[in-house]
Amino acid sequence: MQSMTETAQRRQTISKSSLSSIRRRENWLGWLFAAPAILGFIIFVFGPMIASLWLSMTDYKVASTPHFVGLENYRNLFNGTDAFFYKSLGVTLYYVILSVPLQIIVAFFLAILLNQKVKGLTFFRTAFYLPTIVPLIASSMVWLWLFDPDMGLLNIIMRALHLPESQWIYSETTVVPTLVLMSLWTVGGTMVIFLAGLKDIPDHYYEAIEIDGGNALHKLLYITIPLTSPTIFFNTIMGFIGGFQVFVQPYVMTQGGPNNGSLFYIFYLFREAFTFSNMGYACAIAWVLFIVIMLFTFLLFRTSQKWVYYEGEGR
Amino acid sequence: MTTSAFRWQRVLLYAVLIIGSLLCLFPFYWLVRSSMMDLAQIFEMPPKWIPEPFVWRNFIEPFEQLPFGRYFLNTLIIVVGTLIGTLLSSTIAAYSFSRMKWVGRDKVFAILLTSMMLPFAVTLIPTFIGWQSLGLINSYAPLIVPAFFGGGVFNIFLLRQFYMTLPRELDEAVFVDGGNHFTIFTRIILPLSRSAVLVIGLFTFLNTWNDFMGPLVYLNDESKFTLAIGLQQFQGMYTAQWGVLMAASLIIVLPAILLFVIFQRYLIEGIALTGIKG
Repeated sequence: MQSMTETAQRRQTISKSSLSSIRRRENWLGWLFAAPAILGFIIFVFGPMIASLWLSMTDYKVASTPHFVGLENYRNLFNGTDAFFYKSLGVTLYYVILSVPLQIIVAFFLAILLNQKVKGLTFFRTAFYLPTIVPLIASSMVWLWLFDPDMGLLNIIMRALHLPESQWIYSETTVVPTLVLMSLWTVGGTMVIFLAGLKDIPDHYYEAIEIDGGNALHKLLYITIPLTSPTIFFNTIMGFIGGFQVFVQPYVMTQGGPNNGSLFYIFYLFREAFTFSNMGYACAIAWVLFIVIMLFTFLLFRTSQKWVYYEGEGR
Repeated sequence: MTTSAFRWQRVLLYAVLIIGSLLCLFPFYWLVRSSMMDLAQIFEMPPKWIPEPFVWRNFIEPFEQLPFGRYFLNTLIIVVGTLIGTLLSSTIAAYSFSRMKWVGRDKVFAILLTSMMLPFAVTLIPTFIGWQSLGLINSYAPLIVPAFFGGGVFNIFLLRQFYMTLPRELDEAVFVDGGNHFTIFTRIILPLSRSAVLVIGLFTFLNTWNDFMGPLVYLNDESKFTLAIGLQQFQGMYTAQWGVLMAASLIIVLPAILLFVIFQRYLIEGIALTGIKG
């Protein structure tokens, strides 16, 4: 009893006299709690971003004073003085345009299969997801071995089936498609996200289609795809952003070759910055990437109004 | 639909799933199998499915030729440091952004969120120059310290989402009993969000364990390398010696897989919940 009156009294004290002082305290305490994150943003994101923009307009190399050169770095990139720029942009776009739709389709297809009330769901899900856990450096080693033109398993299988052998990552023309193939191995992460989206679709939507005499294709076209379109959209954006930043595979497996056939954009940037010490120039390369990614995301957002369906939006 | 057609559909469904999952697991099998073979067995035609005899020497070689034990320890130091930093600072920040009222809170949060759009390449070089001017290149500071400053906006975002679902009445009850924000945070919010914190911890572990570019940029001394960099060094020394290379790869893969197997239920639910893929 006594504690209850005490509590009541305390509540009254709080609500009357000290409410504004609590507010004020909470105000600076809130800032204090958020301070590490805000500082982190200033020190590790905003500051470097501005510095990078400035450096991109200088000729800065390691151990020299940077001189302001205006837009010269950008001009050298775009007017073809540095042939590697367009090459790397081309290679990366080729990879992105090939890998993202394929990854989305395969992941979506697998997720639909797993959503059919299958037995052993946990096993299948684990099997498909497991490759995404593997450190990229290690999976690069394994695939390097599998892709080996002479002794690698893939060509052994091709030989056994009397199919034409491939040079895989060792030929200028096949290196990007081969790396796309390798990327399909780690499609499980995307699949799990799709699976979660599919689980949210209520059964009675499908039942309604059945009652109207619709078949599996109708269900896919009129229920599954529209209702998972926000997930498709999310995965597409993440796929694009990830695809533009591929680095380990070219660095470890191909060194950008053969004949620059896998000169991925970040690999090219890394080489300019840390092999040739062209720090200012590399910053310009980074900013071009930033703009390209923003442009892609913007375009996707613009088109998304046409094909992404949000429930409760009522169209 | 007739029952026999339905049955055929089920058979086809399982056939595709089984073949698909075997394809996914196959590289693992090939990794393990090759890691236990000497060169003669590796290059035998047609290839053998099971090593005969099992060669364990491949697993000793990395430790003899390169300080793999040291790399293991180095990697662990970075992982543990990053974990502590990330978990401490992301939970505190998420608490502030979800359960404290302060002027400008939501605007500040929106600004922080924009950094998720920024490719790491943009900040990479100035950040490198910054650490260089502090004389901290070739130390673990550039790899660990940033984790203590917010622990990643994405993690804050996830935790904030989670904290916002917890009822406000809990906080009020603590205030009435004379507690403060620190009490709410440690006694109520943290215990209630254990599963969310676990997911973030797991992904932080895996991402740091797998990180290649960070150590590549910041570490020069061989004695400071991580396993990922060590493996890449090893590749240069043992071109085409696949048995040894696979053994060294397996040494890096195993801890990640072990962790995954132990926590896989949380992990997969976590990905489904959040959309992170690791």
